[in-house]
Amino acid sequence: MFRFSSFILVAAGLLTASIAAAQQRGYGIGHKITDAQIAPWNIDISGEDGKGLPPGKGSVAQGEKLYVQQCAACHGEFGEGNGRWPELMGGQGTLREEDPRKTIGSFWPWAPTIFDYVRRTMPFTAPQSLDNNETYAIVAYLLHLNDLLPADGVLDAKSLAAIKMPNRDGFIAGDPRPDVRTEPCMKDCKRGPVKVTSDLAKSLGVTPTQKPKD
Amino acid sequence: MNTGRRGFLGRGLAAGGAAALVAQHPKIAAASGGLDGKPLEVPDWTKMLGPGVTAAPYGSPSEFEKNVVRRNVPWLTVSEQASINFTPLHELDGIITPSGLCFERHHGGVPEIEPDLHRLVIHGMVRQPLVFTMSDLVRFPSVSRIHFLECPANGGMEWKGAQMAGVQFSHGMVHCCEWTGVRLSTLLDEAGVAQGAKWLLAEGADAAAMTRSIPLDKALDDVVVAYSQNGERIRPEQGYPLRLIVPGWEGNVQVKWLRRIKLGERPWQHREETSKYTDLMPDGKARQFTFVQEANSVITAPCPEKPLKVKGSHEIRGIAWSGRGKISRVDVSLDGGANWQSAELQTPVLDKCLTRFRLPWRWQGEPVFLQSRAIDETGYVQPTIEQLRRVRGVNSVYHKNSIHTWRVNKDGSVDNVQIL
Repeated sequence: MFRFSSFILVAAGLLTASIAAAQQRGYGIGHKITDAQIAPWNIDISGEDGKGLPPGKGSVAQGEKLYVQQCAACHGEFGEGNGRWPELMGGQGTLREEDPRKTIGSFWPWAPTIFDYVRRTMPFTAPQSLDNNETYAIVAYLLHLNDLLPADGVLDAKSLAAIKMPNRDGFIAGDPRPDVRTEPCMKDCKRGPVKVTSDLAKSLGVTPTQKPKD
Repeated sequence: MNTGRRGFLGRGLAAGGAAALVAQHPKIAAASGGLDGKPLEVPDWTKMLGPGVTAAPYGSPSEFEKNVVRRNVPWLTVSEQASINFTPLHELDGIITPSGLCFERHHGGVPEIEPDLHRLVIHGMVRQPLVFTMSDLVRFPSVSRIHFLECPANGGMEWKGAQMAGVQFSHGMVHCCEWTGVRLSTLLDEAGVAQGAKWLLAEGADAAAMTRSIPLDKALDDVVVAYSQNGERIRPEQGYPLRLIVPGWEGNVQVKWLRRIKLGERPWQHREETSKYTDLMPDGKARQFTFVQEANSVITAPCPEKPLKVKGSHEIRGIAWSGRGKISRVDVSLDGGANWQSAELQTPVLDKCLTRFRLPWRWQGEPVFLQSRAIDETGYVQPTIEQLRRVRGVNSVYHKNSIHTWRVNKDGSVDNVQIL
């Protein structure tokens, strides 16, 4: 038979152990890390509100100089795209046409996304080599090329998040599929001879050969 | 000097070991192999020792299978680092894709990651931000799942018409592997999901620092943080040492070289979910977050790369898959969709997994329009290209999963065509 006081002690011990388990949760694998430690990797920016945009600023004029050095070889002097590298300007009003041109100006819905993408991936051969001021400047120039920032424009976190892209309302979130519903007919599903509508695969000559690479 | 086999064998043994024998494996002259009425010959490889167990510590396919390779389409992309290549579906059997033949899609090339230096960070709307090493991650309870993984651009070159003269290029942005790792829900539980978190951002450690937003519901349902592929550590080009497996969803959300997961309230609206991987409709609006890969199928034998060489008995073979679950039936038509018969499905049929179908066939040299049509367990029926075009037009790039047509010609050659 136990004394009352020892019962309290035992119960308190169990309580402490269960709190420790709750704090540890799960398997107790992994290491705590602070925001300061994560900072060099924590580069994502929320496209919608610019959350995560860093301090700093850059002008269209500064951006033009940097762009010519860092970007124009692929994207063309004015963002027109060199050869088959992506074009970055123009194309507004083409999204319903036979050959839509999906550029920053015609298609991208959120301006802060440009900063996020340029900083994390560009220049193509030296990603994450631009500092924040340089990135703001290049983004400023790209917006200027798309008539979304004047020639004397300067960009920082606040002004970038405030820019409304022309195609902001051009996206439908939420997947409407299945958007084709059909019954699996098994017999006599079609009448008449097969009509071939496209038969150029062989003659086009755009398919690589089956020979292995030497 | 005696250079015959007998003399070589004698010298080899005199030199003290069979290992010396194996370097030269002479090619024999073309033999009739009993097809000309003469007796079968005993080939050289039966009359000499082959290489031993130390010759190939990590084995490779036979040298006679050199043609079984991934191939790219040079005109499709402007660089080889932000590009894609294609699985040689016409050379494969069963449902598992050999790791070295899985199509590759990179946005900034393949990073060379030292596993001891690789880290996975989980932060954002969590109770306790955590960092994991690879040796941490393999200590968690593990799961293995066999799933297909498909780029949503698979078939996307043919919205306007047939142009690829081969199944490798018309359908080769798909593979199917066994993936082993830890459930993402286990890791999220370890960090503790904060109230209000609805989405996560997954980020790669590659030169594109590839990011995609994924709904938390899916993450907690069946997503795996994988470190192994087909039994061994993931191949570099498939995400070594760590990648997401998001069953049934488009390949680009299954972020490779995974280094960071951040929880938040809303999607991040990054480049790869706005400007790319969205489906432009005829009215100029683009569908966003179209994650699921709908049911699809294709016949891999015969196909343009594997024409019929003789009349008589053949087996029509192909693969089907659905991002919504199991394949319940595959029908095959020989007359361009007028009449259909159901094919045999290889078992077990697995969830969100390639499913092999087979149908015996006797071909007498007649022209045929071959098609396959997949039906999944939700009752969804693979549509025709015309049905898709009526709803989506021809500029949506992604998610073209229409019934495919091979025209088998009188000479047994096979063409990629589109028909009504």
